[in-house]
Amino acid sequence: MEIPYILSAIVFLPILAGAAMLFFPPERRQLIYRFALGTAALVFLLSLVVYIGFDINGEQYQFIEKYDWLPALGISYYVGVDGISAPLVLLTGVVIFTGVIISQRIEDRTREFFAFLFILASGVFGVFVALDMFALFFFYEIAVFPMYLLIAIWGWKQTREYAAMKLTLYLFIGSVIALVGALAMYFQSGLGTFDMVRLATEVSFPVEFQNLWFPFVFFGFAILGGIFPFHNWSPDGHVAAPTAVSMFHAGVLMKLGAFAALRVGIMLMPEGAATHMPWIILLTLVNVVYGAFIAMVQTDFKYMIGFSSVSHMGLVVMGFATLTRDGFVGASVQMVSHGVMTALFFAVVGMVYDQAHTREIPKLGGLVRIMPFAAVAFIIGGLVSMGMPGFSGFIAEFPIFMGVWRTYPWIAIIGVVSIVVTAAYILRAIGKVFFGDLPAELEGHMHDIKPSEKLALGILAVILVGIGLFPGVMVPMVESGVDAVLGLLGGA
Amino acid sequence: MIGSISSEMILAILPEIVLLALVAVIFVVDLVVSDERRGMLATITAVGLLLTLVLTALFSRPGPEAVLLWGGMLRHDWLAFIFKIIFLVGALLTTIFTIGWEPIWRKGEFYVLLLTSTIGMTLVGASGDLIMLFLAIETTSIPLYVMAGFLTRDDKSNEAGFKYLLFGAMMTAVMLYGFSLLYGFTGTTNIYELTTAIGAGEIPAAVLVGAAVLVLIGFGFKVAMAPLHFWAPDVYEGAPTPVTAFLSTASKAAGFAALTRVMVAAFPSITLEWTTLVAIGAALSMTLGNLIALSQTNIKRLLAYSSVAHAGYALLGVAAASELGVASVVYYFLVYVVTNMAAFGAIIVVYRVVGSDEIADYAGLHRRQPLLGLVLLLAFLSLAGIPPMGGFFAKILVFAAAVEAGLIWLAVLGVLNAIIGLYYYLIVLKVMYVGESKDADKPLPVLRPHSAGLVVSVVALLVLGFVFGPFYQWAVSSASALF
Amino acid sequence: MDFISNHLLSLILFTPIVGGLALMFLPAENKVLVRRVALGISLIPLLLTLILWAGFGDAPEVEGFRFQEQVEWYAAINSTYHVGVDGLSLSMVLLTTLLAPLAILASFNVEQNPKAYMALFLALETGMLGVFLSLDLLLFFVFWEIGLVPMYFLIDQWGSAKGDRELWGGMKVSSRRYAAFKFMIYTMAGSLGLLLAIQMLGVVSGTFDLVALFESWPTVSGTILGFSASQLKTAAFWAFAIAFAIKVPVWPFHTWLPDAHTEAPTAGSMILAGVLLKLGAYGFLRLVLPLYPEQAHEYAGALAFLATMAIIFGAFAAFGQTDFKRLVAYSSVNHMGFVVLGIAAAAYAAGTESATIALNGAVLQIFNHGISAAGMFFLVGVIYDRTHTRDLDKMGGLFPLMPVYGALLIFTSMASLGLPGLNGFVSEFLVVRGAWPIFTAYTALSMLGLLFTGAYILKGISKTLQGPLNEAWQGKLTEMSRRELLVMAPLVVLMLWLGFWPAWLLNVINQAMVTLFG
Repeated sequence: MEIPYILSAIVFLPILAGAAMLFFPPERRQLIYRFALGTAALVFLLSLVVYIGFDINGEQYQFIEKYDWLPALGISYYVGVDGISAPLVLLTGVVIFTGVIISQRIEDRTREFFAFLFILASGVFGVFVALDMFALFFFYEIAVFPMYLLIAIWGWKQTREYAAMKLTLYLFIGSVIALVGALAMYFQSGLGTFDMVRLATEVSFPVEFQNLWFPFVFFGFAILGGIFPFHNWSPDGHVAAPTAVSMFHAGVLMKLGAFAALRVGIMLMPEGAATHMPWIILLTLVNVVYGAFIAMVQTDFKYMIGFSSVSHMGLVVMGFATLTRDGFVGASVQMVSHGVMTALFFAVVGMVYDQAHTREIPKLGGLVRIMPFAAVAFIIGGLVSMGMPGFSGFIAEFPIFMGVWRTYPWIAIIGVVSIVVTAAYILRAIGKVFFGDLPAELEGHMHDIKPSEKLALGILAVILVGIGLFPGVMVPMVESGVDAVLGLLGGA
Repeated sequence: MIGSISSEMILAILPEIVLLALVAVIFVVDLVVSDERRGMLATITAVGLLLTLVLTALFSRPGPEAVLLWGGMLRHDWLAFIFKIIFLVGALLTTIFTIGWEPIWRKGEFYVLLLTSTIGMTLVGASGDLIMLFLAIETTSIPLYVMAGFLTRDDKSNEAGFKYLLFGAMMTAVMLYGFSLLYGFTGTTNIYELTTAIGAGEIPAAVLVGAAVLVLIGFGFKVAMAPLHFWAPDVYEGAPTPVTAFLSTASKAAGFAALTRVMVAAFPSITLEWTTLVAIGAALSMTLGNLIALSQTNIKRLLAYSSVAHAGYALLGVAAASELGVASVVYYFLVYVVTNMAAFGAIIVVYRVVGSDEIADYAGLHRRQPLLGLVLLLAFLSLAGIPPMGGFFAKILVFAAAVEAGLIWLAVLGVLNAIIGLYYYLIVLKVMYVGESKDADKPLPVLRPHSAGLVVSVVALLVLGFVFGPFYQWAVSSASALF
Repeated sequence: MDFISNHLLSLILFTPIVGGLALMFLPAENKVLVRRVALGISLIPLLLTLILWAGFGDAPEVEGFRFQEQVEWYAAINSTYHVGVDGLSLSMVLLTTLLAPLAILASFNVEQNPKAYMALFLALETGMLGVFLSLDLLLFFVFWEIGLVPMYFLIDQWGSAKGDRELWGGMKVSSRRYAAFKFMIYTMAGSLGLLLAIQMLGVVSGTFDLVALFESWPTVSGTILGFSASQLKTAAFWAFAIAFAIKVPVWPFHTWLPDAHTEAPTAGSMILAGVLLKLGAYGFLRLVLPLYPEQAHEYAGALAFLATMAIIFGAFAAFGQTDFKRLVAYSSVNHMGFVVLGIAAAAYAAGTESATIALNGAVLQIFNHGISAAGMFFLVGVIYDRTHTRDLDKMGGLFPLMPVYGALLIFTSMASLGLPGLNGFVSEFLVVRGAWPIFTAYTALSMLGLLFTGAYILKGISKTLQGPLNEAWQGKLTEMSRRELLVMAPLVVLMLWLGFWPAWLLNVINQAMVTLFG
């Protein structure tokens, strides 16, 4: 199924809506919210259409649009989705839609909030669909800078300025370092094009070149994926960010890093990847295990989830680092699974915080009686997080570990410990926050969440369970993408 | 050599002619207009500059082949043309932002100086001869010295003018010495004949390098390349803000126009030597400029140091000494002139109401005037090199040029510097967006001409960042004029 | 009808969870309706199981399994939804579907949010059934883990209300939460090895289908994944064994069990002891022995040793308890020891007649213990409901107050003790008979353990029913209700029936054991 301009519509609708919103009268908050919600719903639907319309047996890249942008330098506006990016486009659609719903409570400078959020969304969509390296960087940086403002202006007062700055600088460092590597590839190739499809298929960079430049590109992007030891911006950022932004940040932005590391790093320089992966996978192991342990000792609800993201994103990069089919499939599914799960987590945490005004786990309790729907949603997220079978996390993590088994069995054996640690902190949080007794201070000013918020949580939870029970709804698509990528790696 | 004057020769100096006429108009109007209506001086200048811009763009466009005109004094090529456009845009926006700036905008002589300086710049970009170049540079600089010190009752402004004059004169002398060496050994002052003479081995290598260094020092001073940047912050801070804007954009661009032309055209035989020097200069400029900018609390000083850093980025393109390199420099200035003008324009608007250039006084600005905040946001993000603003593509081009030329270390240093830059730009944005101020509910009116200037700049920097095709074509044409 | 007979297993498997979800749409206030509907739902799988049982003999057999269904599930890693039954799983399914309605009936007195309780319970049933029905290793693991979740919440939410413990970070939690947490983490940690080993198997074999794995895996040799095949298999064997040993639980992995049992609600304990523990034993029989015959043979001695320890220490520990529920909990350790002993014996001497006898005994013991332990826990629950204490020292002399209850308690205790004529005797006898020639010393020691079994059971009876009456209870205790009797009735019938005529079940089991290990 080919629908003309659908990807462009997905990419540009948000930013145009965002720009338009800046000219709304600022006091018409309801109008702005409705407009944002309508746009987000439309984008969500379009991304769903792309997902459903993607033909697993078709070409590797579909819904392609290609226009010259700057032919002199071989820059084109070239977009399309493959089996790996189509689910991520859907993920972004889901997160923007639910994120807008959750942001209904934003009262300060509402229109700017949604405007920046939508600019961010455009950047994210752009990266996922870009098939031109220049376009990818272009959108990548568009996605980074609104984060600064979103966190610094609407974030948690105590850390927002520090966290926003830290996050922005880390991500910017990553992107510009990757950029240098990308430029090196551009000149080395001799094709005079930024077209990644051509760069991947028509050029074989010399091995020494790849060995030198792969770390630039890979780490440049992997920083955004939260790879150890560059992960540290991420929990701070999560904690400081307002709810919808945390959802976006952990749910989608971190995937951007991993995805771009795959697209630009591994796909274009497979031999460089093969050289460096043995030690990179060790770093991801640290991510996975250390992240889980750090999450375990957190008492701040949001920090806990922030570090759990570090741990789970480690699994994504670990899957890629195996350079095996299983690893790739698992990592790609994990990106979606973790994205949805963590969006759900942050949404619930936001709802709790909005009412309780504290995120200290020991100070919360008994919320299941007040917001049962949120509690159930959080529990589902928790089960995904601990890799419980029947939920999407298991579907994702299992092949990742199989991939690791194929390459570095010891890593699998050590890494799997994280599952129990994760279970420990998740259960503790669930037990303390949602069950037990409602603390006296919270008595009386807590109430159930709104129906619209239930809808948002419901969508997220259904995806998690759906993938978990019926991997067939997503995995074959991912496989089709992965197989094409493996072709580049020499069928490894 | 002097033959009959052809229409081509006239069209090549059309901008200069129109500007000169404009100067005359200003003189006359200044004499006749009553005191309360002196505000029209600025309007006339602005309209005149706009007219010049349009006429230049329509009629002064060079052909595909570069030609030497006026006895070899001027070279009519795309490099000259594009830089003329840049200067005119700079001058136009500067004029717009002077509107309402007491007491400048009531003084006819200010606009005369501004226009004279602009004439000098347009000639700098087009000079094909060292003598012409020197004259053009002096025509540019001397009005600038006066403009910097224009506020005679303001100590800082006086200091700025005087400092600029002293250092400027000294550095011009150094440059002139370099010119004289070249002339002495080759017997010609024409830049393009110099190339042939040098190629024939008429100058001993040591002398040639020496001359190149002296010339480089002269130009380096004009563009505020570290370590020759020391004058810039004081002058930028002391000068009236519109002058600072002009200094940091058009004047800097003029320096780059001369620098690229002379170095690339005259010294191809010692490319390695001078590019190394430029590379070091670029590295120092970026690093020093950015590091010192970090600790600034005055927004003018901050932009002054950041402009040192930006000179460094642009020097990356020069150091590459390639077509892509020159193209990147041209593109960089296309972007830089509108970006910096937008930033300074916003600063001028704020100063008019708030009366301060301290960053701390920008707190709560976004609440007072959201669209002005947006302008500053876009301008600063463009300076930081974030898409979809022009700064992004400009930076990519200079880095690409450096990578292509094998200057990987410089490119890496450049990108790291971009991060430092981002940091202090974000600090300002943070103050503006997050900072709390007791004046937050007071309105901040913006004059209509200022709004127009800001909107034009912002639209331009967005256009340059998104539809770069035609503009890049300009830059490439300019670059190919040198090779 | 065709649909039913073709998808019998799937229907059995998914009816409970689907019913559980449907339950969510009932009005929460109408607790009676919720309970009745839940009971009704849980009777459907039982009915279907009886149909299954009836049709079992005539059903076509493929590779040892009947009623197979196979549907693509997770194609990327070659895992399918593959279910099927043989005699072993059939008896387990019967046990599960039988105990589930009883447990639900026993939970009719749950007042706190019965809707969620019943839904979780039904979900738990699906989880357990899935383990017994899976013929795909990955699917097995899926159900294996998924069952933990409802159990966790059952203990955590509906467990006993008293006491508190401390978690890390200075966080006080109630002891039921502590117990639930320990149960979950312990089992998950135990399953890590299993998970790793399953992944490894999948990587090496490229399939998770058990039927295929039974063929290919034991013959794998040479170097795989950089390890020698035998090393890897040994490691994987222990990974499987430990995961299952924790579940059984085998000494010294049993420490989660008393906590979980004590804190769980009555029906939770019934299912925990009646079915969940059996998952471990089932794992040994279904996976460990067929997949790792050599390793099982090699390490059977160690397993037998652990089993003996479980029997002896379980009995000792049970004797030392003053908490009635803990006493019964430890008795599970003791009784399940016999199951493991039988398995160990069979592992050591696979193929011999003694081995088959031991296996038959072990499986029958699984079934029997399921019935009697469920009965015991229920009876403990009955007395707790009335006295609100489980402290044996606070009871005493209750026989005259509740004669029917007393009789049932004695009857069930005797079954548990292994009194000839009741079910426990048959299975323990078979285990001992089978294991004797293989592990004589261990078996002998285990017989000594039986002695203590008698001791703690008698202690339990005498402390509750006999001795001087604790005056506090005078006039406050009521006889068992009709509902409670209804719960006990099928159990009592089965205890007697299996004691007198175990053949109906043993034939089915034996057939499976012969096919599997013969």
